Amino acid sequence: MRLELVKRKEHSQAMALLSPLIAVTLTALSAAIIFSITGHNPLVGLYKFFIEPLTQQWSLEATIDKATPLILIGCGLAVCYLSNNWNIGAEGQFVVGALFGSVLPVLFPSFENAATLPLMLLFGAIGGALWALIPALLKTRFNTNEILTSLMLVYVAGLLLDYLVRGPWRDPGGYNFPESRIFSDAATLPEVFGGMMSLAAPITIAIAVILAVVLAKTLKGFEIRVMGESPRAGSFAGFSAKGLTLFSFALAGALAGLAGTMEVSGALNQLLPSISPGYGFTAIIVAFLGRLNPIGIIIAGFVLALSYIGGEGVQSAMGVSNEIASVIQGLLLFFVLACDTLILYRIRMVTKRSTSAEASHV
Amino acid sequence: MFEAVLLTVITAATPLLIAAVGELVVERSGVLNLGVEGMMIMGAVIGFAVANQTGSGSLGVIAAIAAGMAMSALFAVLVLFLVANQVATGLALTILGIGLSGMIGEAFIGVPGLDLPQLYIPVLSELPFFGPVFFQQDALVYLSFVLVAVVAYGLFRTRIGLVLRAVGDNHGSAHALGYSVVRVRFAAILFGGACAGLAGAYLSLAYTPQWVENMTAGRGWIALALVVFASWLPLRVVIGAYLFGAVSVLNLHAQALEFDIPSQLLSSLPYLATILVLVLISANRRLTLVNTPACLGKPFVPDR
Repeated sequence: MRLELVKRKEHSQAMALLSPLIAVTLTALSAAIIFSITGHNPLVGLYKFFIEPLTQQWSLEATIDKATPLILIGCGLAVCYLSNNWNIGAEGQFVVGALFGSVLPVLFPSFENAATLPLMLLFGAIGGALWALIPALLKTRFNTNEILTSLMLVYVAGLLLDYLVRGPWRDPGGYNFPESRIFSDAATLPEVFGGMMSLAAPITIAIAVILAVVLAKTLKGFEIRVMGESPRAGSFAGFSAKGLTLFSFALAGALAGLAGTMEVSGALNQLLPSISPGYGFTAIIVAFLGRLNPIGIIIAGFVLALSYIGGEGVQSAMGVSNEIASVIQGLLLFFVLACDTLILYRIRMVTKRSTSAEASHV
Repeated sequence: MFEAVLLTVITAATPLLIAAVGELVVERSGVLNLGVEGMMIMGAVIGFAVANQTGSGSLGVIAAIAAGMAMSALFAVLVLFLVANQVATGLALTILGIGLSGMIGEAFIGVPGLDLPQLYIPVLSELPFFGPVFFQQDALVYLSFVLVAVVAYGLFRTRIGLVLRAVGDNHGSAHALGYSVVRVRFAAILFGGACAGLAGAYLSLAYTPQWVENMTAGRGWIALALVVFASWLPLRVVIGAYLFGAVSVLNLHAQALEFDIPSQLLSSLPYLATILVLVLISANRRLTLVNTPACLGKPFVPDR
């Protein structure tokens, strides 16, 4: 007896909705096993990790704060992955966006007026887009593998940030700590809904909804999907693969850069040697868990944000290493990818007898 | 001075060389495993942990190889049996490896490691310059060269190598001829995992004998780039690995010479060099097209 994949005639709609749920369930089961192996009560662990963050006001707010950059970056990455452009350097685009967005509050702190914040967000988006265009241009111009170049630029961006906050951008009144000056009020993203969340959250949801409409209803959305599934068919329709590579990278970079600027302006209020707990990489999981669909990504962003808060929760309450968060994130991506197979294929059990029976019919 | 530089280049190049040769075999079979970084870091932490617990460097190395293979088996099941997207699955492997290694390694932070024994041949090892450079390395340095020779011979001079390349270049035809594409690829992926695990063990047992979180620092990715640099030819991987080894130790020696360059710029050189090299190689269509496995990254599901 063995298992065999049989291609479905068409995508299974039911599985497309079910597979992320199955994946999350399997991940929770694996997490329970990990808790047991490390000598902790698995039920308490699961509760602290997945449920408790949702029961308290402060942790709910923290979850929204973490979900915001994940959703925004994930939306941009979805456009890349849908069109078969493998941008895995969002972490670097996030950082460079944050640097561009910080030019005004760090170098021109006296520039304080109503235009400060909009300009910062604009600069952030431009910075992220420019950084993302490097691997895109190298791909279109020299046919260079964008996976490796976009990833290498993550390390370069991190070192650039490190250099700036330790060197030229260090706070002159900051006792030599490696951090920039604190942003002025005009450069700080305000809180909304009675302080429940930063303005970043509604901006992010709005962008995700717009993107969902663009992908589903417009010619550009059609182009993105066609070029991903069949570049040959797309080229007959007059779509340019190179143009789309540049477009999708620039868009993903701009959204990551915007997320970076909103993070330093809202959550951190200054530049530090490290400004992201791996948002750019976690957003890759968010994009896949959300089925590369902006609305799905909003939900997936909250699921992955939970893993950050839950990771801290189990660390302080049970003494489990908070690295368990990244283990669970990695497992989740594995299960999502494995379950996606069920959308395109049916799994059939083949026994010796049934194969010989089939043969006798022929 | 030159001798000291050369010695650090050798230790910096060896893990890159081992990991890249393994990945080269994987890619020659038509599979792109982007999880090298994850397998390598798992090898590093398991190798260190086992060596530390047992007091034996060799056991650590063996455990690291097993860890790399276990990780690669996970990848193989997903991409071969469940036909999952290879790029995404490789990324998942890296994310998982970094997380798992951090969790396992937490108990070993700051614990002093043990050095791998170094070769000693009377007379030869005593020679000035040649002694330290050629006859006083640890066993893995010599093993890395044996590995390259075996892979180069195996790929191009044996039947197994021919089948492996056939599977990577045209899996449809190889399947029609009766070769099991899945089995060949599974074996190649396991070999790649073993090499990545070994490379990781070299980092935590020889390069810097200690465990530091994220200690691979992108070396797995650079190994992937080296395969492209070498245009899928084993002997060229040696040149690439030593070139990159040299670039990555530049930081160390430039600081000793007190050049007035920001250390962050020097640290970013290996990554910038990788990009530059990838551009130069991929711009040369003839070079890349000749040796790139034609089925690289394409999923295989047999028709009936």
